[in-house]
This record gives sequence, structure tokens and C-alpha cells, in this order.
Amino acid sequence: MKKNFFYFILISLIIFVFVLLYTAVFKSKSYIPATTINKKIKEFSAKDLFTDNEIEIKDLIHDKKITIINIWSSWCAPCRNEHIYLMKLSQDSKINLIGLNYKDDRSKAEVFIQELGNPFFKILEDPDGIISIDMGAYGVPETYIIDDKLNIIRKFIGELTFSNYEEIIDIINK
Amino acid sequence: MLITQIGNYSLILGLFLSIFFIFYLILILYGFIKIKLNNIYSILFIQLFSVLISFFSLIYSFVISNFTNETVYNNSHTTKPLFYKISGTWGNHEGSLLLWLLVLTLFIFLFFIDSKKQPKIYRLYTLVFQQIIILGFFLFVLFTSNPFSYIFPVPLEGLGLNPILQDPALAIHPPILYLGYVGSSIIFSASLSALVSKHINNFWAQHIKKWIFISWIFLTLGIMLGSIWAYYELGWGGFWFWDPVENVSLMPWFCLTALLHSILVLEKRSELKSWTIILSITTFSLSMSGTFLVRSGILNSVHTFANDPGRGVFILTFLFILILISILIFFFFQTEENVRENKIYWLSRETSILVNNWFMIFFLAVVFIGTTYPIFLEVLTSEKISVGPPFYNKLLIPFLIPFLIFMAIGPNLKWIKNDFKKVNFYKFFVFIFLCFITFIFAEKFKIKNLFTIILIISSLYLLISSIGDLIFKRKNISQNISHFGFSILILSIVLNGILSKEFSGNMKIGEEVKFYNEIIKFKKVETFNRENYKSVIATFEIENNKKKLILLKPELRIYNQPNIITSEADIKSSFYEDKFLVFSVLKKNNIFNVRYQVKPFMIWIWVSTLLIIFGGFVRLIKIK
Amino acid sequence: MKLLKYIIFFIICIIQSNLYADNNSILIDKISKNLRCLICQGQSVYDSQSEFANSIKILINKKIQEGNSEEEIYSYLKNKYGQWIVYDTEINKKTVYLWLFPVILFVFGGILIIRKVFIN
Repeated sequence: MKKNFFYFILISLIIFVFVLLYTAVFKSKSYIPATTINKKIKEFSAKDLFTDNEIEIKDLIHDKKITIINIWSSWCAPCRNEHIYLMKLSQDSKINLIGLNYKDDRSKAEVFIQELGNPFFKILEDPDGIISIDMGAYGVPETYIIDDKLNIIRKFIGELTFSNYEEIIDIINK
Repeated sequence: MLITQIGNYSLILGLFLSIFFIFYLILILYGFIKIKLNNIYSILFIQLFSVLISFFSLIYSFVISNFTNETVYNNSHTTKPLFYKISGTWGNHEGSLLLWLLVLTLFIFLFFIDSKKQPKIYRLYTLVFQQIIILGFFLFVLFTSNPFSYIFPVPLEGLGLNPILQDPALAIHPPILYLGYVGSSIIFSASLSALVSKHINNFWAQHIKKWIFISWIFLTLGIMLGSIWAYYELGWGGFWFWDPVENVSLMPWFCLTALLHSILVLEKRSELKSWTIILSITTFSLSMSGTFLVRSGILNSVHTFANDPGRGVFILTFLFILILISILIFFFFQTEENVRENKIYWLSRETSILVNNWFMIFFLAVVFIGTTYPIFLEVLTSEKISVGPPFYNKLLIPFLIPFLIFMAIGPNLKWIKNDFKKVNFYKFFVFIFLCFITFIFAEKFKIKNLFTIILIISSLYLLISSIGDLIFKRKNISQNISHFGFSILILSIVLNGILSKEFSGNMKIGEEVKFYNEIIKFKKVETFNRENYKSVIATFEIENNKKKLILLKPELRIYNQPNIITSEADIKSSFYEDKFLVFSVLKKNNIFNVRYQVKPFMIWIWVSTLLIIFGGFVRLIKIK
Repeated sequence: MKLLKYIIFFIICIIQSNLYADNNSILIDKISKNLRCLICQGQSVYDSQSEFANSIKILINKKIQEGNSEEEIYSYLKNKYGQWIVYDTEINKKTVYLWLFPVILFVFGGILIIRKVFIN
């Protein structure tokens, strides 16, 4: 009797492990930090790409508009792809679009903007990538929607897609 | 093309042979057909032959760059050197499974020839179990990863083999590792069969010991080759990262090493029957779960493998079927005799081997839980964590210390009963003496970590005691060599860990950097065009305080197909230390990131592993 | 006299059994070896050459200069990127079994051996 019980427990355990592993096979293996956390962006100041003036992020926030910060770089191919959505977003009067130029060469960044158009109200520089890390980003491109108190409402990791664009429009019109 | 057809159909032939063979064997075992050994030999041979044909037709496809074959298209390129075209055959998922099959069929053939003196019924049951495994792999290859699928329209050029895999050590690493894994499958089938045919005794132990040693030697060698490759090719100067893929090869090794010891107890004393069988089953299950973890893409590792959930599900299901079969066999065939527990004397060789098994299972548990816990935790709570080197160091090192001491004492104990008064107490004084030496050493090199110091003492203790045994006793040379090798391994890993020095920084051409008592001079950078890549070679001079110069030429290889940059470290090995230099290009032009490391006793890590293997080899050739 | 010296040394070793880095760059190396890179997952920040890893190294340097301790830097990064980024798994409610399971198994194995050898 004791023996049967032991085998019963053993087999149940093995089936349990099987189910766990079976579930795990279908999960994505690469790690992406949580995208919908209600966190605040730490206040920072950075140089303007064009004028070289030191600008406080606080001063760029509107209480009437929703602020979107887009981290981009001229050497990043996905940034090129998502640029059309940024251009579209910039036409919306309720959006205050700010660019954060990640670890880039100033002249190359300027060429990029001249070539594809400037959707941004202001472009700030992040030469060491430290500001991006402070925001919780880890690569380019990343896009943050923030409210007037610097709370992150939504965060997109990687290239913006059309459905992302629609989602942003939905959030704006809410 | 015809060659692809031949390969494909001979695989299908092998599959049908396997199904037919299982039925045939069962009919024999139930007495419906009379046994004809010649028929069995023929079937085994034809099966081996068909897999061989299909394997060679894949190699041939690789050699002639036959891009109608999808596997060749995905993993080869016309400009690749011939050696890597051939090694590319098993450098990918499909081909490596074909290699698995080849080794499986080869080993069962050899096993059947080798087991002539064993009872017939035991031999036949082993064939049945092994054929079930072979059948599983045939189905796996043909349905989820067929190496002979066509691609249309026919591409003109292949995608190329990942350059990081174009390396001599890695070309032979998979076959060697597979020999170890597949050897464990023979042990698995043989143990189940011994259980069913009630043949677990010292005669069986003597016969299966050979297979245990063969798999153990290959597994150890395979792990070592992988580690050497990681050391000079991944370019970070480390040789073991506790990466999941590495852990997966280490797990069956712990289990197999435990088995290697416990089989001796079974052979000499007819003890630990059930335990030995459990270890055999676990070893193969761990090899299989290794394949599952690596191929299903469930792990997050530096070593990337093409993966697909369908394959993962197949291996997983197959693995669990095998485990369930083993448990059921245990349930129905376990005899009173196997589980009867005879008392063993506390101071005896038996106890010392039990202690070895105890520690081995603990090490196994640490590595197993460390590798799988993040997976389980994510499924159950969707929380993601990392389990890295600090976890393994914290749990393994404290237990390594008593383990090393037991390794020194155990082999000198007698079987059955050792008289307490006959234990050599001079070794105790050696131990005290070593404590002093180590403390002097620690003070000189400013080692402040207590665990490190004790670890050095214990491995020195093992070193002295195994040398002593080797010179004065010569009773068990193979064991002495392996234990001696192990002590050097631990010693060199520890010393390497604490005495390594590294410089990491950005340098321009012509710049000089002072590093401890050396000066690193960045001389020049040259570019060459090679067969299938562009080579950027930098020249560095290392000048020590005696004005002696050492030239280091690390390389960057820019492959065009696929477009990948690999960095080849330049390593100057010497008796005492390795000098390791690797560089990479930064985005800003003319500035290079340089990493220079001085790694003491590096070469001894490989030499000692070879010694461990050599010990096993000596034992293997002594088995008649 | 010498013996006494070594005994004292031994005791000191027990008291401060941790290896304290005295140099800034050694501390940066130590911290970055314990961080996992998010770009080349599976590599440590120390080993990785990605932009992210380079930025993290700069950040660590900055944080050390600001007077942050090793622990503070870890908790700052954990707050940003989650527990995942640190290799040294912390012991909490969810990871306690990770640490305990092997030890429990070891104790259990020990009991089995004692039973086999002494009782029975």
C-alpha cells in the first residue's frame, strides 16, 4: 500500500513537471521588461540637438497636451521605419512629441532629420545613453507616453507599428 | 536531386526496420518464433547501414553544395572551406539529429556483439528498449526535422554557417558529446532490461561498466572541448559561464560519475542494485532533457540554436514516455532481492562511494534547479529571474571542500570493513602542514576569502594524497590519476579565479597603457582578404618590467555570408599563465575596445581534465 | 610566535571573509559581471559590447562617484528593469525553494546514508 502511494505521488509529480514544461515551450524566451508599469520619469536636463542649450524636461511638458518621448538614433534601422508614424503623430495638435537622440553623432543625426523630416517639437541629446537608462529604456527605438506629472502611461519597446500608432491615437482621444 | 532521395528513403527504411524489429523481438520473447541470432545481426546491420547511407548522402550534399536541399541551403555556402562544409553537416539541428541516429544504431550493434556472454533474454530486452529509443528518434527526424527536405526554386547560393561555429574544436565537439549521450542510452536500456530479466548482479555490472566508462570518457571530453571553444572563440576570456546550455551537459556528467562509482559496489559486493538502476535511468533522462532544453528554445542562452516549439513538444513527450515506462517497469519488476538493505560497515569503501554519490547528487541538484527554476517560476508566477554564477558559487564551493577531503580518504579504505586503527594518521599531519603553507601563500597574494583558502588546502590535500598513493601503493592507478587530475583542476580553477588580472578600455593606434608591471602597446592594424571573410589583424606588444616583449595579434573576422563579425582572441599560453588579448571596433572610428587578461594556470585546467579522462581510459582498457 | 600570527590571521579571515575591492574599476568590473545584458541576453554586461552594456558601465561609474553603494546600484537597476537583470538571485518568497531544495536534498541523502550504515 505504501509502495503504491509512493508511485502514485511520483507519477503525479512527473505529469505536473510535464505540464509546466509544455506550457513553457510556447512562451517567448527573450526577456522584455514590463511595459505597463505606472512609474515616474526622473526629471532630467539635456542639450538641445540644434541649439546646444541645456533644457529641463519639466519645461517641455504641456498640461493641455500629452507628451510623447521617442528615443531614436540615426544608426538604428527600425527608427527609420517607424519615422512615418512619428510624422503622422506630429500633425496631431494634442500631441507634444519630443525626441531623445540616443548615443549619436550630431552631424549624422541632423542629416537623418533633414532627409526624413522633423516630427519633433524639440530634440534632446543623450550622448552616453544614461538618460535613457534613467527612463528605463534599454535600446532604440523606444517610445514613452507620459502625462503632465511625468507618469509613464504607456511604453513601446522597439519599432512602432501601425497598431501601435492606432493605440496612441486612442489614448490621446480618451 | 537523386542523392537527397537516397538519403530520405534509407531513413524511412530504417524507421520501418525499427518497427518491424520491435514486433519481431516481442514475438521471440513470448516464444512465438524461435530465436535466430543471425537474423538479429542482419537486421541490426541493415539498420546501421541505412542510417550510414543517409548520413553520407547528407555529407555529400554539403560537400557539393547541393542547394536543392533545404538543410544545405540554410547552413552552407560555396565559398566555405571543405572542412567546414563537412562539419556543417552536424553543425545544424537536422544534421546533428541524424548523427544521433547514426551513433544510436552503431552503439546498439556494437553492444549486441559485445554482450555475447550475457543471457539471451537480457540481450533481447535491451534490444527492445533501445529500438524504442531509436524509433522515437527516427520519428523525430522524419516528422519534425527532416534533413532531406527540398527547396524550390533552387537558390543559387546558401545562407552560410554561423562563423562562430567555423572552428576545429567545435567541429568535433558535437560528435564527441553525442557519443557520451548515446552511450548513456545503452546503459539506460541495459538497466531496464536487467531489471526485467532479473539479471542485476556482479556479472552484469562487470559487463555494463565498460559502457559506463565509454560514455563517461566521451562526455567528459565533449564538455572539455566545448569549454575550450568558449574560452578562445566567445572572446571574453572565461571558460565556464554557468550558461544553461553548458549546465545541460554537466548534469548527465554528475549522474554518470556517480554511476561510475556505484557500479563498483555492485560489481564487488552485489549491493546498491536499485540505486544503480535509478542512476542509469536518470543519466539518460538528463541527456534527453538536455536535448529538449537546448532544442526547444526554452532557454535563454548565449549559444543560439534554431528552435521551434513543435520539436520541443515532441522531445518532451518522448522523454516523459520513456520516464513513465521506466517507472512502470520499476513498479512491476522490482524484486524483494533488489531492495533488500544490507547493513554496510561505516568505515569501508562502500560507505565512501555512497558519500561520493551523495555529493554528486547534490551538485546535480544545484545545477538542475538553477537551470530549470527560472522556467518553472515563469510559468507559475510569470515572474522572470536570472540564476547566474553567484548562485552556483555560493552553493557549490562550500560543499566542494568536504568532497575533496573525502576524495582523498575514500579510495584508501578497504571493502567490507576497514580497521579504524589502520587508517593512516600521517595524512592528518600532512593536512596541518598544508594549512600553514596555504596561509603563507594567502598572505603573500592577499587572498582574504576564507572559503578560497580552505578550498586550496583541501585540493592540495587531495593532490598530495593521490600522488602518494600513485607512487607508494599503485593499487588503483586509474583512480589515482583521475583523482589527482581533479585536484589539479579545482586548484587551477581557484587560482585562476583569484589571481587573474584584466585590463579593459579604449585605445587608439600607437597608444600605450601601463598595466601592473607591464606596458600594453597598440602598434598597428592591418586588413587582409581571406577565402570567405575579411580579416582585420591588430598588433599589440606587451612589455614586462624586464623589457621582454611579447607580440599578440588578435583578429576580427568580417564574414560576408552571413554578415557577422567574430573576434578571435590571441592567446599566448605558457606553463605558468595565459596572456589573452581581444579587441573590437567601436562606432567612433580609430578607437578600439581592448581587453587584455593575464590568466594564471589556464593551461592546467585543460591538462587536468585530460588527466581525469586518461584515468578513465586506463580503467577502460583494463576491463576484460 | 609565528604560529600565533597565523592563528590571528585565520581569525581575521573568518571575520572579513569577503573580498573587498579597493579600486574603482575593479568594483565596476565586479558589478557589471553580475548584471545581465538586455540586448545580448545570456551575456553579462561586462562581457557584452552592446551600446546598452557600454551605457550601463558608464552609469555604474557615475553612480559610484556619486557615492552609491553596490547594493544601491543593484536596487536602482532592479527598479528599472526588474529582478531579471541581476545574476545573483536574491532570496525572497519566490526564490526560497531555489536555495533550499538542494540543501534539503543533501540533508535527506545524509539521513539515507546514516540509515544504511548505522541503523537497519
